[in-house]
Amino acid sequence: MALDLPQTESSAKVWHPATTESRAARYALIAITLAFLGLFLFMPLVSVFVEAFRKGPAEYFAALLEPDARAAIRLTLLVAATAVPLNLIFGVVAAWTIAKFEFKGKAFLTTLIDLPFSVSPVISGLVYVLLFSSHSVLGPWLKSHGIEVLFAVPGIVLATMFVTFPFVARELIPLMQHQGTTDEEAALSLGANGWQTFWHVTLPNIKWGLLYGVLLCNARAMGEFGAVSVVSGHIRGLTNTMPLHVEILYNEYNFVAAFAVASLLALLALVTLVLKTLLELKYGAELRAASGH
Amino acid sequence: MISNLAKAGWRFKRPSVIPGFGLTLGFTLAYLALIVLIPLTGLVWRSASLGFTGFWQVASDPRTVNALKISFGTAFVAALINVVFGVIVAWVLVRYRFPGRRIIDAIVDLPFALPTAVAGIALTSLYAKNGWIGQLLQPLGIKVAFTPIGITIALIFVGLPFVVRTVQPVMEEIRKEVEEAAATLGANRFQTITRVLLPGLQPAILTGFALAFARAVGEYGSVIFIAGNLPYVSEIAPLLIVIRLEEFDYAGATAIAAIMLLLSFAMLFVINLIQAWSRRRYGYGT
Repeated sequence: MALDLPQTESSAKVWHPATTESRAARYALIAITLAFLGLFLFMPLVSVFVEAFRKGPAEYFAALLEPDARAAIRLTLLVAATAVPLNLIFGVVAAWTIAKFEFKGKAFLTTLIDLPFSVSPVISGLVYVLLFSSHSVLGPWLKSHGIEVLFAVPGIVLATMFVTFPFVARELIPLMQHQGTTDEEAALSLGANGWQTFWHVTLPNIKWGLLYGVLLCNARAMGEFGAVSVVSGHIRGLTNTMPLHVEILYNEYNFVAAFAVASLLALLALVTLVLKTLLELKYGAELRAASGH
Repeated sequence: MISNLAKAGWRFKRPSVIPGFGLTLGFTLAYLALIVLIPLTGLVWRSASLGFTGFWQVASDPRTVNALKISFGTAFVAALINVVFGVIVAWVLVRYRFPGRRIIDAIVDLPFALPTAVAGIALTSLYAKNGWIGQLLQPLGIKVAFTPIGITIALIFVGLPFVVRTVQPVMEEIRKEVEEAAATLGANRFQTITRVLLPGLQPAILTGFALAFARAVGEYGSVIFIAGNLPYVSEIAPLLIVIRLEEFDYAGATAIAAIMLLLSFAMLFVINLIQAWSRRRYGYGT
């Protein structure tokens, strides 16, 4: 009653809570953020499309329909369509082992799965060159059986698999660890067999996390450059993926064509980001709850 | 009960009713060995077979030393810049509400999704002397494309989301009470941030730095276009590996790769130690 309410109300205009910054500081920080992201992320993205359409849409589409570009697009799709499902199966199986069981050496196994993330893409390609080159043990033997790995599609797929190896497993392990084993135990006690339990109980529980992992895995698989560049041999129309085709066109000073093919990859990146954001908005609580631990 | 059982004898796996342990562990190990471990072991074995003198010959070659210096130096500077701006970006995204925040939040992940070669040619076209940014810097006498500054800019692009995405979730978990306590004890806002909040964020910031740094050291695609690739000046170590491979100098390529792996594992190990120490000292909860 003795409180002077009107007084506190009138001073509310200059008062700001002790747990936020002043208005000027807030605006300054937002301005720094926008300027930094605009300069480093937004401008490069916009410039891809501007450069691609520099000589008009006719040149743009001509560059995409040219046979070598079409071959590159086909190869990129083929490589992603092989590497991503294989890593998806691995990711689910590895996550099942690590999240549903307690065993010795689990932490070490998890570290090994993450290993490809800390290896330079060029080194990822190099290890396969060493393994399958004509100086190695394996290379000449495979060659005598008519199997070409290096400078051919199998090598590109292997290098891509190495680079995208951890994506799905890494997304699923924390999610499945967070979910625990009670659902599976209930299903088993009700008479479901192992496969039914996985298919009807576990998979529905992890489907959004799985999709999230596949999305990131696919973006990297289609865009991988360093590892693929080392093993591909750059044979035009045969072993050139889209990123490699971009490099060749760019080095030939065919900038419009290079940026035209690059714009397809940039579109892929944008679609990936939009889908990822939608997943986070819709199922963010689930996904975040898992990755927070 | 369970602990009694565990004490009774060493066991590899805790008993469980969930089926499929043998099968899934076997598949995981086999796939891991085939795709990752055997190829990597091949690299280690190859570099060991070079012998010490062969290895030293490559390692002490001035061109190798310069390439490693440039790779690790630019990666370090880029990771530092990313720490400063990444923390600001994360803070703005966590604490402030403004129009377009969701789009800004989404675009932070662009470097994860955009293929590195695309980023490389886009950055080069921006910073070349007739590019949008390059022509503004030209009169000031600043040359970015085809210099180590260009490499650093590409590495800032590549590493930024690692810092933001590591720091952001930890910032979200900061309890308001901590700041309120600091304020009631008479700290002004600047003191609260620098003395109370930032020390608590230190483990996350270090992790972000380590991830951005590790990624930047090995980065190839986004760098080679903007670097100009002048030996001794702007030639990065991964590119030197590619050059040696193209010369069919497998021993040289292997040795440089082994040095890079050793150096980055050593640095990650040191950062892990610092992190463990700083988590014990300042960490939130975890």
